[in-house]
Amino acid sequence: MLTPMEQPVLSVRDLVVGFRDRNVLDHLCLDVQAGQILGLVGGSGSGKSVLLRTILGLLPKRSGTIAVFGTDLDSIDDAARQKLQRRWGVLFQNGALYSSLTVMQNVQFPMREFLHLPEHLLDEIAATKLAMVGLSRKDANKLPSELSGGMTKRVAMARALALDPEVVFLDEPTSGLDPISAGDFDSLIRTLQQTLGLTVFMITHDLNSLHTVCDRIAVLADGKIVADGPIAAMLASEHPWVKSYFRGRRGRLLEHSHEHRSA
Amino acid sequence: MNSNALPNPLLTIDLTGPGTMLVARGGWTGSDTKQLDHLIDAFLSDSSRKAVTIDMRGIEAFDTFGAWELSRLAATLRSRGHEPTIVGLESRYDVLFRSVEDASVRADKEQVTPRNEFTGLAALGETVVGWGKGFLLLLNMVGAVCAAAGRAILKPSTFRFTSAVHQLDRVAWQAIPIILLITFLIGSIIAQQGFFHFRKFGADDYVVDMVGILVLREIGVLIVAIMVAGRSGSSYTAELGSMKMREEIDALRTMGFNPVDVLILPRIVALVIGLPLLTFLGAMSALYGGELVAWLYGGMSPEIYIARLKEAISMTHFKVGMIKAPFMAFVIGAVACTEGLKVGGSAESLGLRTTASVVTSIFLVIVLDGLFAVFFASIGM
Repeated sequence: MLTPMEQPVLSVRDLVVGFRDRNVLDHLCLDVQAGQILGLVGGSGSGKSVLLRTILGLLPKRSGTIAVFGTDLDSIDDAARQKLQRRWGVLFQNGALYSSLTVMQNVQFPMREFLHLPEHLLDEIAATKLAMVGLSRKDANKLPSELSGGMTKRVAMARALALDPEVVFLDEPTSGLDPISAGDFDSLIRTLQQTLGLTVFMITHDLNSLHTVCDRIAVLADGKIVADGPIAAMLASEHPWVKSYFRGRRGRLLEHSHEHRSA
Repeated sequence: MNSNALPNPLLTIDLTGPGTMLVARGGWTGSDTKQLDHLIDAFLSDSSRKAVTIDMRGIEAFDTFGAWELSRLAATLRSRGHEPTIVGLESRYDVLFRSVEDASVRADKEQVTPRNEFTGLAALGETVVGWGKGFLLLLNMVGAVCAAAGRAILKPSTFRFTSAVHQLDRVAWQAIPIILLITFLIGSIIAQQGFFHFRKFGADDYVVDMVGILVLREIGVLIVAIMVAGRSGSSYTAELGSMKMREEIDALRTMGFNPVDVLILPRIVALVIGLPLLTFLGAMSALYGGELVAWLYGGMSPEIYIARLKEAISMTHFKVGMIKAPFMAFVIGAVACTEGLKVGGSAESLGLRTTASVVTSIFLVIVLDGLFAVFFASIGM
């Protein structure tokens, strides 16, 4: 096993992604170290989701390299790629649960495909995974259309964690949740990160999440990472967008409450 | 070490010490779970085993799957009255083990409520009740569309004229090439078969009667209606169904619009106007196909074909075909929209409803054709 600081789990170099005549990401560089929780922020339309989708291979890139676990994603064949994909989990913004499968079947789906486990074991382990994200067996037989927003996120999280990945990509995990559920979800991410030793790459707009969960924050603006570091570095940054985001009225309110709590 | 009771290195039994000791080694992860599960089952199958220490020092990799197996082993031993001691589990793995154990205990306590699935006779009953409900929903749709049409007639400014023209373009104008092609082929085939068989008893001339009457009364309108049900009915169902899934129809309702006025009436009006037009074009194309075959295959000149056709068919035959077209259009539209609104939350139900829409509307078109045949026969048309 690699020691954490030796090699980044995710390494993006000089990435250019564009549509028609516009480059959304312009020579972007970003590293994520093992065990880190990285929060990616940026204005609406700044290309956060484009970056995530490009890393996951859902969008083509114009130039640059993306390496995950030290492997350049361009240099590997389909079999190696599939192997690598088993080591990451993805939580999509709207859950992207399979609508014709129940909650339980959604969580079992990757295990069933990749691990060839007997049925009773699948049931038991899926129930345990659901319990770990705070869902009960009562919900296990529901269909995705019968779930609330918060439950959808939890099921999506359980599915993302089904194969015990080393990295999880979370696209706005707390958006659309009430502050209490969002706080619960944040602590869930933190707990799972600590117990499973996950590396987390998280797109978020939630200042609370950024304060409480993220070890490191990267700010995406003008197609580049304009600020990178812990929350203190964000508060000290002079970039205008970063300044208005973290030191605007909403940011200040949170900062005060944060200081108040830690005092 | 006397440890050959179990051949696999993931879990071995060591009996050298004072009590039974289980020695774990290697990677207890997802990909080895199946093997590990067998080993644990094999160990637990002998219920006399007791006083166990589980030595986890040799573990190289450990994840939730391994943690779950370990907690299962420990829980089963505990339920037999022997509290096992787990030693040597690295602290980072221990945190994981504790939380998985916690979760699995919670998961076990809860009752599973199975989904209601109907089997056997209950399934049959459910299907029949479903048909009944579906019929009522169709009647409901017919009523709602008639009411919406009434509102539109009383206050024409509320009718979605632009939408209706757009739908007319899609269901009629854009369908012309394929309808012309198919009816042309059908007309040719009927004529060819007619010549082939009628020639045996010298009744060549009557082929024109057969083609003319069959195309104008029955085949023209039926082929066109079936094509439209497959082409436009299915797309209506899929459109309305996906709008339903994405809550677009709910959004319309909350803004004070009636989805029947906004979405369904323009679609059905477009079909009711479009299908007769297509039927007319289709019938002409089929007669033309018949003419070409009569000329090239039957050796009948176009002048004679047209002269025979004038004698053979009358306005009545043409009317019989054309009168049926708008009714069939209405049935196709009503079925397609009803099925579209029945779509639930899943992608599967969208597919199911689209299939049901096409099958039901083709079935009803044929039933309607039969009823019209009885009706026209009784009034002498």
